[in-house]
Amino acid sequence: MSLSEAQADVAPPEVPGRRNAQLGRFAVLTLGPVVAAVFTSALILLAFGVNPVTYYGFVVQRGLFSGLGLEQTLTRMAPLLFLAAGLIVSFRAGIWNLGVDGQFLLGAVAAAALAPALLGVVPGWLMLLAGFAVAGLVGAVWSVLPALLRAYQGVNEIITTLMMTFLGISLANVLVKLVFLDPGTTVPQTRTIPVADRLPRLFDSTISSGLIWAVAAVLLVHLVMTRTALGLKLRTVGANPHAAAHAGLSVPRLTVLVFAASAGFAGLAGASELLGVNGNVRADWNPAYGLMVIPLVFLARFHGVGSIVFIFFYSALLIGSESAARRVGVPQDFTLVLVATLLIFLGLAEWLDKRRRKERA
Amino acid sequence: MRDLARTSDAAPPEMGAEAVGLVNVTKRFPGVVAVDDVSLRIRSGEVHVLLGENGAGKSTIVGMLAGLQRPDEGHISIGGAPARLNSPLESLAAGINTVFQHVMLVPTLTVFENLVLGDAWWHRPPRALIERRIGELRRDFGLEVPLDAITGDLSLGQQQQIEIARALLRDSHVLILDEATSMLTPRGADELGERMRRLAERGLAVVFITHKLSEAYRFGDRISVLRQGRFAGEIAPDALAAMSENAAVDEMLHLMFGSSESAVTELARPARPRGASVLKVSGLSTAGGPEEMPLTDASLEVFASEILGIAGIDGNGQKQLAEAIAGQRPVTTGSVTLEGRDVTGESVGRRRALGLRYLTDDRLMEGSVGAFPVSENTVLKEIGAPPFWSYGLERPSRIAAHAQDLIRRFSVRTPGETTPIGHLSGGNIQKLLLGRELSGLSKVVVFNKPTYGLDMQNITASRQRIREIAEGGMAVLLISTDLDELLELADRIAVMDRGRICGVLANDAARPAEVRTAVGRLMVGEAPSGAAE
Amino acid sequence: MDALLTAAFVSSLLTGAIVAGIPLLLAGLGEQMSEKAGVLNIGIEGMMLFGAYLGFLTAWSTESIWMGFLGGVGGGMLVAALMALLCVRLGLNQIVIGIGLTLGAEGLTSLLHHFQFSRTYPRLPSPDRLDLPILTDLPVIGPSLFGRHPLVYLALALVIVLAWAYRHSNLGLTLRAAGEKPAALDVAGGHVTLLRTVAVLFTGAMAGLGGAYMANVGAGLFIPFMTGGAGFIGIVLAMLARGRPVWVLLGALIFGAALSLTTALQVAGSNVPTDVIQMLPFAAVMLVLVVWSRKARLPAALGQPYERGAR
Repeated sequence: MSLSEAQADVAPPEVPGRRNAQLGRFAVLTLGPVVAAVFTSALILLAFGVNPVTYYGFVVQRGLFSGLGLEQTLTRMAPLLFLAAGLIVSFRAGIWNLGVDGQFLLGAVAAAALAPALLGVVPGWLMLLAGFAVAGLVGAVWSVLPALLRAYQGVNEIITTLMMTFLGISLANVLVKLVFLDPGTTVPQTRTIPVADRLPRLFDSTISSGLIWAVAAVLLVHLVMTRTALGLKLRTVGANPHAAAHAGLSVPRLTVLVFAASAGFAGLAGASELLGVNGNVRADWNPAYGLMVIPLVFLARFHGVGSIVFIFFYSALLIGSESAARRVGVPQDFTLVLVATLLIFLGLAEWLDKRRRKERA
Repeated sequence: MRDLARTSDAAPPEMGAEAVGLVNVTKRFPGVVAVDDVSLRIRSGEVHVLLGENGAGKSTIVGMLAGLQRPDEGHISIGGAPARLNSPLESLAAGINTVFQHVMLVPTLTVFENLVLGDAWWHRPPRALIERRIGELRRDFGLEVPLDAITGDLSLGQQQQIEIARALLRDSHVLILDEATSMLTPRGADELGERMRRLAERGLAVVFITHKLSEAYRFGDRISVLRQGRFAGEIAPDALAAMSENAAVDEMLHLMFGSSESAVTELARPARPRGASVLKVSGLSTAGGPEEMPLTDASLEVFASEILGIAGIDGNGQKQLAEAIAGQRPVTTGSVTLEGRDVTGESVGRRRALGLRYLTDDRLMEGSVGAFPVSENTVLKEIGAPPFWSYGLERPSRIAAHAQDLIRRFSVRTPGETTPIGHLSGGNIQKLLLGRELSGLSKVVVFNKPTYGLDMQNITASRQRIREIAEGGMAVLLISTDLDELLELADRIAVMDRGRICGVLANDAARPAEVRTAVGRLMVGEAPSGAAE
Repeated sequence: MDALLTAAFVSSLLTGAIVAGIPLLLAGLGEQMSEKAGVLNIGIEGMMLFGAYLGFLTAWSTESIWMGFLGGVGGGMLVAALMALLCVRLGLNQIVIGIGLTLGAEGLTSLLHHFQFSRTYPRLPSPDRLDLPILTDLPVIGPSLFGRHPLVYLALALVIVLAWAYRHSNLGLTLRAAGEKPAALDVAGGHVTLLRTVAVLFTGAMAGLGGAYMANVGAGLFIPFMTGGAGFIGIVLAMLARGRPVWVLLGALIFGAALSLTTALQVAGSNVPTDVIQMLPFAAVMLVLVVWSRKARLPAALGQPYERGAR
């Protein structure tokens, strides 16, 4: 279950003469699965008696070409991008952090607990900063057990992060219902941060400025992973832990660092959703973005810019399909089908590519 | 094991008849023709040696006979008739059993479970039958098979006996042993030779694959030599029986290398004046594990301009010693001193910066990251250090220039420094890793099996480099399982057995035979002779 | 605390442990076989959900709960067949495909349910029970333990059958060989790909059956996303059970009890929030892992595709 195989295909060195071949591979490996997934999903729609052209047209129109829709799309990107930043770190370092949903929720709850308390006590920017900081910290803390178990005892992180995510979702609910409950309402939810005190909006739009920070986070992660000493250390640990130990790297310590960074970003994602959009956490709220972002990051082959592009389109799909559920009568869960077929075609494209390269050799 | 109660499908051939053969077989792998138009006939009642260097095509032939690979051209014949072996199952059904170079037993299963592995899954293992037959094998061939032991707990030699036992349980007609003596002591190898003899007398066709000339002579009835994938020639049984060992070795060398010049080069070791003490190891011990023996109380000292060889059968603590010196493995007691400075508590990186270098024996799994380009691999041990990084930021042009420099100086054959290192051949990766260890300020280099798995040309070049390193004033610790290599290069030879250094001998170039005998005795745990220091 | 030990409490706890535990048991037993054979089957959640949907649909349209179970098995195996094709035959990444299959099953069942039933959730008639004579009449525990649907007893029998087969036939060691060192099994004349395919299909069948039990017996209806992570718990049970079916049973009952403890507590008049109780089994698993982490050993070749002769 090594991620190093995927790593092998990541960011191939740029040889000028091979540009065309690279472009061809990009088409097969990236655009191919997208086209195949959209087409297959269209067939599924057709089977349900829905005209796919109408549906896709509506989604694109709503998510990309209507003013409000586009603003919603861009706002929705922020938490997804923070999650992507975290996943890029862990996947490039060969670690399956499948617990981002729990880290995300606890981060959001932590920010929801702290920010209203600071409201009016400290300046607005400091409140927001503190909210992000505590969310990142709580997210990171939630990965400590899986991190230590993996780093020092070799316990598979897939099982432990999944456990911690179930635990985290329940804990978030307990905290919302019992500890940080807003006494002013009858619905179980945390105290609401007034819209004016949330993350500022961009220009005259409804787009949350969380987007800017999220894009910056993804780009930063990308640069750190590809251009710095730390990034190379983490990639070495991910690709071949034996080689890393041989080169004198402290594999356990770097592993813990990867977990902390990855889960920290998931916590920041929670904060960006809370401080930018929702303003409070309601009981039983769990958007479960984590499993959705994983395919997108894979599709981008852990590349930062690629992830931003895919998340933009996915975000538009989410927004478009939300209103399509009301207007066209296709449940929003259709996006799950689309993402699932995307993942499967992605796997098939990799397989085809590998076979072709083997034959050519 | 289709069904343990039955013999295999094919009828046993008569003595001297062709049991299995290759007819004009060619097999290609990406970039190489591994086997090129080879024809062979393996006869019942013979021990047939397949001799050749690494890369001569021996293992590919084994793979095809075992049903793991299929010939691209030509075919395999069984009992003289053309046959296809599409899977290991078909190969087993044809009565061909293979003992692979790497043990093919499941370490977590018991010996008994490994013996019945491959039988239909709904069957109940026939315990009583197997016990009875194992009893016979113990009596006839001296095979020790502890049925209820966990396989992974046994030594590699014992595991190999289990594989042979498994082959015999299946009533095979052809038994293939691929590099079977590489994990055995000299005495264990002799016992294996004796067993092969008895099996051949029973009418089995035994194929013994090796690159060791003396074993080929002592154990074989017929010797076929492969050279770079081609059939280079054969020494027939009557011819072989009439030859002395020296004559046979000359003939084999002639077939292997094309000319009569001896591969065992003269021991032209110029005497180097020994310098000051560089590396001192005192009482070093490591904790053992479930699958490896501990290093116990190892002490040695290496001087400048000196090559200290470490001899021993593979897996007797050599790797543990090397890793403990490099700082890669925690030690329980003892110390490592570099130029008078105690570095026992220092990290790998710190030791490296002080001039202590370690070239691992595992080029692919430990020495390099196959998916990374050559350039990144050349600086893998210096991540974050100037001049390749400044303030943690990579300086790609510096790294590329460094890589190009190493590629040129160590004549590495690669399309460029951006090629993933995994695409390079073993010899070229080895050159690059050597370059990596020698760049910067190095004072002592620990080599762990530096020529293992390389072809003759690269072996010669590597040995020359090691010699030059010592002549340049560095201290060299050379771990090798190839005694000829140590006799050729080392000034002194320490011998390891069961995790201990059991003796250090001066390698007297004037008396190579005596040194060889003395080292050989120490390797198998016999009392040191008078040659010890 | 006396209220907690009332007959009503004990009885509803036991009932809950079994009703919630049986799907976990089936999923865990299925996953265990895949893992033994070296396949990490993350798609099991999707197999369960698809089994739940198809199981419910079959039961609803044929008005036979047993046909429903058959439908569940079929549904699970359908998803498993895709997994076997992609991951065992073609050697694609098991985690990526597993996540994909789970997402796909979630989306597809939600769509199917929507287009068939819109926003209605039709109910199945209450299933018949197999009352074991005498035992069912025992006070308090009798009706909970011995008045259950026949499938419960079949599932328990399966634990015994599997435990026996793993121990006494070649099945156990062949599976372990496929998971530890597939090359060794291959050269010994075994069929790695076939064995792994069968193991994955078995996982699908068990997961689908578990899902169908959830829908047809446990809830009596189908709701999208109703498995709610039960498949993932099955993965955890299989990993912790270290190859022993009996341990899967034990774990499934503990998880089942914890998941239904809230209902039992409400019956007893206590008011501890659901979420606190639901945390308990996960917290317990983490505790077990922290204390005995050295023992949480997985097959060496788990998650790695096998390709013959690859060098």
